[in-house]
Amino acid sequence: MTRQADRGVHGEHVGTAGGVETRPALVSAHGIGVRRGDRWLIRGVDLAVHRGEIVTLIGPNGGGKSTAAKVILGIKTADEGSLASSPGLRVGYVPQRLTIEGTLPFTVRRLMTLTGQFPEFEIDKALAEVGIAHLAGAQARHLSSGEFQRALLARAIVRRPDLLVLDEPVQGVDFSGETALYELIATIRDRLDCGILLISHDLHLVMGATDTVICLNGHVCCSGPPHSVAADPAYRELFGPRTAQAFAVYRHDHDHAHLPDGRVVSLDRTEDPSRDPSGTARPRTGDA
Amino acid sequence: MLDDFFTRALLAGVGVAVVAGPLGCFIVWRRMAYFGDTMAHSALLGVVLAILLDVNITFGVFVIASAAALSLVLLQRRVTLSVDALLGILAHSTLAIGLVLVTFMVWLRIDPMGYLFGDILAVSALDIAVIYGGGAVVLGGFALVWRPLLAATVNAELAAAEGVRPERARLVFMILMAAVIAIAMKIVGILLITSLLIIPAATARRFAQGPERMAVIAAAFGAAAVVAGLFGSLEFDTPSGPSIVVAALILFLSSLLRFGRPRRRPPLETAG
Repeated sequence: MTRQADRGVHGEHVGTAGGVETRPALVSAHGIGVRRGDRWLIRGVDLAVHRGEIVTLIGPNGGGKSTAAKVILGIKTADEGSLASSPGLRVGYVPQRLTIEGTLPFTVRRLMTLTGQFPEFEIDKALAEVGIAHLAGAQARHLSSGEFQRALLARAIVRRPDLLVLDEPVQGVDFSGETALYELIATIRDRLDCGILLISHDLHLVMGATDTVICLNGHVCCSGPPHSVAADPAYRELFGPRTAQAFAVYRHDHDHAHLPDGRVVSLDRTEDPSRDPSGTARPRTGDA
Repeated sequence: MLDDFFTRALLAGVGVAVVAGPLGCFIVWRRMAYFGDTMAHSALLGVVLAILLDVNITFGVFVIASAAALSLVLLQRRVTLSVDALLGILAHSTLAIGLVLVTFMVWLRIDPMGYLFGDILAVSALDIAVIYGGGAVVLGGFALVWRPLLAATVNAELAAAEGVRPERARLVFMILMAAVIAIAMKIVGILLITSLLIIPAATARRFAQGPERMAVIAAAFGAAAVVAGLFGSLEFDTPSGPSIVVAALILFLSSLLRFGRPRRRPPLETAG
């Protein structure tokens, strides 16, 4: 039931995805690589977000989704590659983890003006849009995790951002809440006409409200509109059996597989050193 | 009647407390208590160097406390030691160097006790001018970085992503803290400065719904502690600096008590 409702939302936006590409990108990254010590967290990542487009980064934990987003946001500096963003870009960010210290009193209303000042009616409108207008006076620490995620979303949209970056925005939200929240994100995109970079590891729901999917596991495994890519056994291997449900919406082909240590092998069993996320081609014995 | 020195002490103490309250809130929120302590401990070294180089003592303390803060930030980046270990090394070694230098330079004839525990009753009119002038500058600078600093305290990455420059706010905050230590040293002394920063802020927490309110309430509690402590010191002939801290502690402990809240009982159910 829910899934079908989802697909309905999705269907409305598929058409816009093609037209979007002609506009200049809000941000675009080319060949981005970030290294920690001698290990590459991500490498060779191409990523662009256009106005009015929802781009979803999916991939396993440790696949470098947040790292890629932080490069886009300018929080992390890439060790290689180039990043271009349109001048005067206004950003709204919902980080993956945000906790308010017990020593720090903060009402939801005060949280809205954390990084800038906004008129009261704008704040009220943003809170109403995410459905927590009644919690404006509540202490942020006392919200449930779902309410807190909505408050963080309201805080990001009250800025009227050109680019909205949402790192796992549905964490702590129950299943029906997740669907509602993704629908809300799609609505926000329509109203603000902003670009949205969405990070998720549960792809089954994200698919409904996204234009472009980028599958990231150290490198870009595959990318494209969700309806045009087909399912692949390697994909199932990457995300676990649960994702089988999502194949109806999101299918794609892999020409490679991931070894447990993150190295990449082509499906004909030859290792491809250029795609090695560790950055060092190691000699392999046996079936070359 | 109040003696003139006592009025001056009250004025000076209240001035320092009003500045220390809001800064103390950030020390509590950012968990920087030990950091503040380290900066304060370096103040004695600042005193000695100022006398040696014949510059203003308050200025000398300000420079050395800032240097201690900056070197800690640099050490944090280079050395793979935990922050608390670095703080422990820096705090006590700067204090020890200060004490050693004082003892070496017998011709200086300065009494380290006056600096360690404060000498509020010896405050001059010039000191009061420094406290209020410097305090106004500190509060003004603090107001300018308030929003970015608060945003960085909640989440540094979010602040950076949305363009409020958390690193710069943090740097300004450290310099403001060094300034407060320099002007507060005479009131409560090097060893007790941190308590004047932290205790009123901790007391204010329970009464505040928002960060700005908490800063104002902390300033008020700090001022109340100074007044109560000074009167207590006069009454019981106790050292003034420690008396102020004890008064602040009493205020804090009373804030922990549950008062004025009627206990709710579920209404008795009456059978039909």
